[in-house]
Amino acid sequence: MKAWIAFWNILLKDMRSYYLKPPNISWGLLFPLVWITMFFIRSGLGMESLPKLLPGLVALSILFGTTSVLSVTVTFEKKGRSFERLLLAPISLEVLMLAKTSGAILFGTINAFVPIFVAMLLTDLSAVNWAILVPATILIAISSTFLGLFIAVSVKEVFEAQTFSNFFRFPMIFLCGLFFPVKQLPIWLRPVSYMLPLTYGADILHTSINQTSHMPLLLNFSLLTLFCAALFTFSLRNIRNKWII
Amino acid sequence: MTKEQNAIIEVKGLAKSFDKTIALDGISFSIQSGELFGFLGPNGAGKTTTINILTGLVRPDAGIFQIGGIDCTKNVQSAQHLIGVVPDESNLYPELTGFNNLCFCGALYGLTKQERQNKARKLLDTFGLSEAASRKFGGYSKGMKRKLTIAAGIIHSPRILFLDEPTTGLDVASARQVRQLIADLHKAGTTIFLTTHYIEEAERLCERIAFIVSGRIVKIDSVEHLLEPFQRKQAMQIACIKDTSFIQPKLSETFPDMSFIFSKNNMIRVEADKPVFAGAIVRFLEEQGIDVSEARRIRPSLEDVFVQVTGIESDALRKEKEKSGMGGKS
Ligand SMILES: Nc1ncnc2c1ncn2[C@@H]1O[C@H](COP(=O)(O)OP(=O)(O)OP(=O)(O)O)[C@@H](O)[C@H]1O
Ligand SMILES: [Mg+2]
Repeated sequence: MKAWIAFWNILLKDMRSYYLKPPNISWGLLFPLVWITMFFIRSGLGMESLPKLLPGLVALSILFGTTSVLSVTVTFEKKGRSFERLLLAPISLEVLMLAKTSGAILFGTINAFVPIFVAMLLTDLSAVNWAILVPATILIAISSTFLGLFIAVSVKEVFEAQTFSNFFRFPMIFLCGLFFPVKQLPIWLRPVSYMLPLTYGADILHTSINQTSHMPLLLNFSLLTLFCAALFTFSLRNIRNKWII
Repeated sequence: MTKEQNAIIEVKGLAKSFDKTIALDGISFSIQSGELFGFLGPNGAGKTTTINILTGLVRPDAGIFQIGGIDCTKNVQSAQHLIGVVPDESNLYPELTGFNNLCFCGALYGLTKQERQNKARKLLDTFGLSEAASRKFGGYSKGMKRKLTIAAGIIHSPRILFLDEPTTGLDVASARQVRQLIADLHKAGTTIFLTTHYIEEAERLCERIAFIVSGRIVKIDSVEHLLEPFQRKQAMQIACIKDTSFIQPKLSETFPDMSFIFSKNNMIRVEADKPVFAGAIVRFLEEQGIDVSEARRIRPSLEDVFVQVTGIESDALRKEKEKSGMGGKS
């Protein structure tokens, strides 16, 4: 009960302090819209091709929504030493870090539904399997948040976090099979693709929106869950070893 | 009941190094439940490191410690609900208001909304911050920040309170207010671990004091016991107009049962085992052509003990104290 009060208030504070700030909200809404427009201008395709682009848009919205915000909420508080307050609180590091990340997960999930809603208005999405899409979106948000956490606890400065997360993000976008299938990549790059969590997330998105997939759905979900667990465990170990010196 | 059984904090052989810097070199002490314990030492002595280890922010290299009967050497978390911490730096959230900062800190310790709001209001009132309650912490003055940080450390009514230099950076009135609050918390039964480099603050507040220098505890005892050997001594301070050190041999010859300590600012400190009378010394000095501007008896203080035990001139510590309102005569 007491841990729950702490959890809820950490989440609430982060929501108010970071996520619900006007620049963040407009960034979260604007970014996917800009991407949609850009794709249409580039491809010159009609609205009926929107579902083809949707997996990429959803994944990008999540990726940018979660990783950048988290590097700020954690790295920034660490630097300002207010993070020590959280470490002093009588809650386990697991609960604490889940509270710190759940804001980003929520933010990423909401971000993901912006392009989905826009697409809904513009085209017919009746073929979409929502029972897969919704949990997939959440799971991708979790894995992407934990990736952001992993980055945030591996660096000291906020700017490092930003640089480092771009180092991960941009190659990931092109290697994860969102825009070109992994099978079209040079053979030596494919192993890299399979080491990225988003590769499996992208495949689920393709399955749920366009019914095209490379790997079994269950395998995708399992591997993505495994990535989440590994990234979270590794981040916590990093915090224990590096922050509690 | 023996003392050991009643100890709420028990530390044995705690050591910590940062790279090549030895911050703590095997310190041991125990604090009784309800005690106000002072950790007194110069900059870099290891005071903050001790607090950080005991509260779970730093991991010791060696040694064991217990808090509230719980072995915390590996993990402090199981005792963290007993602890309140006021860190040396004010580290609340700049974007939150004073009131919301306190409520948030209360929530971290599981206080219900009603509990934390009531307590926050009460504390803001106690610290004279009610007017600033809805202003952002980032815009507070240094002293206001310090006071709110102290309030945040006690919002969950901890059984053990760690205070890292609580009065540093406060004006005279605020420092006095904080010291009163510390005394009140102590009276109410809170165990308090206070670090400071203001000797008078430690002397006024603490029951027992440890002198820490370069990561080692050089002396640990009750204030009463620390002062005892000095209490028997009689001391006098004589202020002269010009440099007087040349007179030392003659003075010692004329007053063989007294000892004289000359300091740079033309002060002579006279110490003896029996009462010292100013007249004879002043007359002697004037005969030697030295004008005396003031002569007064001084009470033995913890400062004397500190200087004797640590061999550190208290000047370094004294410089800071005027700022914190510890300069006044008590
Ligand atoms: N995180 C750290 N990394 C490296 N060295 C450290 C660290 N923390 C403390 N030290 C070193 O350990 C020693 C003890 O520091 P500590 O902060 O405990 O002193 P202190 O008694 O609190 O001093 P002050 O009165 O200035 O607050 C110092 O030499 C300090 O430089
Ligand atoms: Mg310190």
